[in-house]
Amino acid sequence: MLHGEAVKLGKDESAEIKSRIGLILFAVYAAIYAGFVFINTLSPKTMGTRIFMGLNLAIVYGFGLIILAIIMGILYNHYCTNLENKMNKPQGDAALESDTEEKA
Amino acid sequence: MIYSVSPWAIILFVIFVLFVLGISFYFGNKTKSAAGYFAAGGTIHWGVNGIAFAGDYLSAASFLGICGMIAFSGYDGFLYSIGYLAGWVVALFVVAEPMKRLGKYTFTDALDAKFNSKGIQLMAAISTLIVSICYLIPQMVGAGALVKPLLGMPHWVGVIMVGCIVTFIVATAGMTSTTYVQFIKGGLLIIFSTVLTIYLINNGLSIKPSDDYHEFKTISVVISGDSVASIESTDYTLADQQVVKDIHLVKLEKSGVNTWWKLSEKDGKIVLEEALSKTVTKDGTELYNGEPKEAKKFYQVGHIGKLINKDGQEVDKISGLGPFSYLSTLEDSTIVRFAEQKFTDGDDSVTVWYQNPTSGKEIMRPGLKFKVDKGATPWSKWNFISLMLALFFGTAALPHILIRYYTVPSQRDARKSTIVAIAAIGFFYILTLYMGSGAMTHGVLDLESSNMSAPLLAKYFGIGLFSIISAIAFATVLGTVSGLIVASSGAVAHDLMDRYLDLKLTDKGKVRAGKIAAVVVGGIAIMLGILFKGMNVSFLVGWAFAVAASANLPAILMLLFWKKTTAKGITYSILIGIVSALTIILLSPDMYVRYGLDPATAPIPLGNPGIISIPLSFLTLIVVSLMSQKDNATKKA
Repeated sequence: MLHGEAVKLGKDESAEIKSRIGLILFAVYAAIYAGFVFINTLSPKTMGTRIFMGLNLAIVYGFGLIILAIIMGILYNHYCTNLENKMNKPQGDAALESDTEEKA
Repeated sequence: MIYSVSPWAIILFVIFVLFVLGISFYFGNKTKSAAGYFAAGGTIHWGVNGIAFAGDYLSAASFLGICGMIAFSGYDGFLYSIGYLAGWVVALFVVAEPMKRLGKYTFTDALDAKFNSKGIQLMAAISTLIVSICYLIPQMVGAGALVKPLLGMPHWVGVIMVGCIVTFIVATAGMTSTTYVQFIKGGLLIIFSTVLTIYLINNGLSIKPSDDYHEFKTISVVISGDSVASIESTDYTLADQQVVKDIHLVKLEKSGVNTWWKLSEKDGKIVLEEALSKTVTKDGTELYNGEPKEAKKFYQVGHIGKLINKDGQEVDKISGLGPFSYLSTLEDSTIVRFAEQKFTDGDDSVTVWYQNPTSGKEIMRPGLKFKVDKGATPWSKWNFISLMLALFFGTAALPHILIRYYTVPSQRDARKSTIVAIAAIGFFYILTLYMGSGAMTHGVLDLESSNMSAPLLAKYFGIGLFSIISAIAFATVLGTVSGLIVASSGAVAHDLMDRYLDLKLTDKGKVRAGKIAAVVVGGIAIMLGILFKGMNVSFLVGWAFAVAASANLPAILMLLFWKKTTAKGITYSILIGIVSALTIILLSPDMYVRYGLDPATAPIPLGNPGIISIPLSFLTLIVVSLMSQKDNATKKA
């Protein structure tokens, strides 16, 4: 009990590919975030340019980063859930249980 | 400023606290095992956990600190919102699932899953403790700031009260109750912030925020040479004048009361503009605008100087605004902010806040707080990059966020709850820009405490909303502090005592040790909360993020993605991360102000250590791992 997990997890065949998708999405977001930080640092006046519905680039880019994180999160979950269903299905629940028993 | 205490606020506050304590007792009776205490038995539903994540994360820093910073410095405060939210992307895409796969109760378990190394156990536990304490300070400062207007008590009473209630909650119940408290609080915070924002936008914008808003006077003067020779007023007499950092300040006297004014040019004429001031005399007496606090002469401020409608005309009021046109109208207008100037006047130390009309264009883009535009230096630009880096990488390394991955049953649930958290937190952060800019223009600011801006804005719309918002804000502090204390007590009982020292504690013994640790950490947090009074809480949280990002994130990322990582590499990278981040913070200009020294003499002109300490910690991990490859080879053999 003392060194056991709070919960027991089954083996996840899709772990590797999920982690690759995660890294790609992370890299895309990090690049867009870096762009935001660099414009703020190197050309803060550019951030004052009006670009959408009377709002300036600073607000649109800022709101955009927040909304993008939500959209990318939902897409990532969609991909991952599909992958888990597809890749872990053939083994079925019995395989997961036996894996858990082995660990225990 | 002086606040009038509202009975409604007190009643609601007491109901909230009793409710929170009730939940704690209820779950406390159910929690007997270590898994239950530290990880809620891994049984929490992902939706509940997601909102609880939001509850954990939307701490005093987010609600009080960010809104306050936006209210005082415009868009620069909103940069914190963006950075805090962006950090979740790292948590979701990179850390969430592997952490869930590797971990048991704590972040240390996850780091140590592969190695079983004493060094990692010790350093990770210490890092958890230090980051938690860094994060606890701003929560406590926030608590102190809140009780003043809410219950009319001094700062230190608030800090002690929160410390005691939370320590009691944690020491009785652990993670299950903490989770439900966070869930309720996170949900309520988002709902009522939305209500406040809707009120705000519906209310429109006006150059006179309210009927009882103080009307700032101007007096014409006659100038002779560089000084004011006489004033055109029969009420006031000229008492003194001095120039402080190019600001010409004039003291006027009326019926034995001294007030400070600023020499300005208005419509082509030289005039004196009324300012606000706080004077501390030699014997410690505090005077607000020349009178004792009780005279209520230290007005709440913040108004629009020139309100411009979409046709470019100057108007007194605009209503019928939408969420976008609200912000674009502010961009077109001029807002009167208040700039602070400290100086000595004979034996008195004086702080003057003078009117500083600022164009909306400047307010709605970066540059008022972070020196990236006017008056920028290479250091100030690096400082800004450093902060944004720490915010981005800090979230995924915060121990009280990481432990929440262990409260759900599966990796899929960990992922889903993170997405719920991102959506809830992201939505809330968008609201911060409205609440902050609303506080800036609605005559509600307390110039002595930026942290109170959002609750005071709620007060503008009625005492009921103020009471609810304040009670939620207080619960916010309670909830976040409980999460942090659970994380710290886990670090002590599970990582240090059970694993590092191999004390072979029984399940019961471990829970007891955790509870004792909770009490001790609570005590430390109370002390530090009193010491750091008056600093913006979001700014303080920036430091906690920097320490977390420097100490923990390189270890987490490299363990997951670099096969050559060794136990020694992880141990040293955490050590160097903590030491370098803390050293830079302790030698920063902001800490020099705390020490009572001239900030210009600080050896490191960086306000945030991330840009140095994060790469340094990565570098240490790589170099030490490469030097200790033998360890991994032995382990494999």
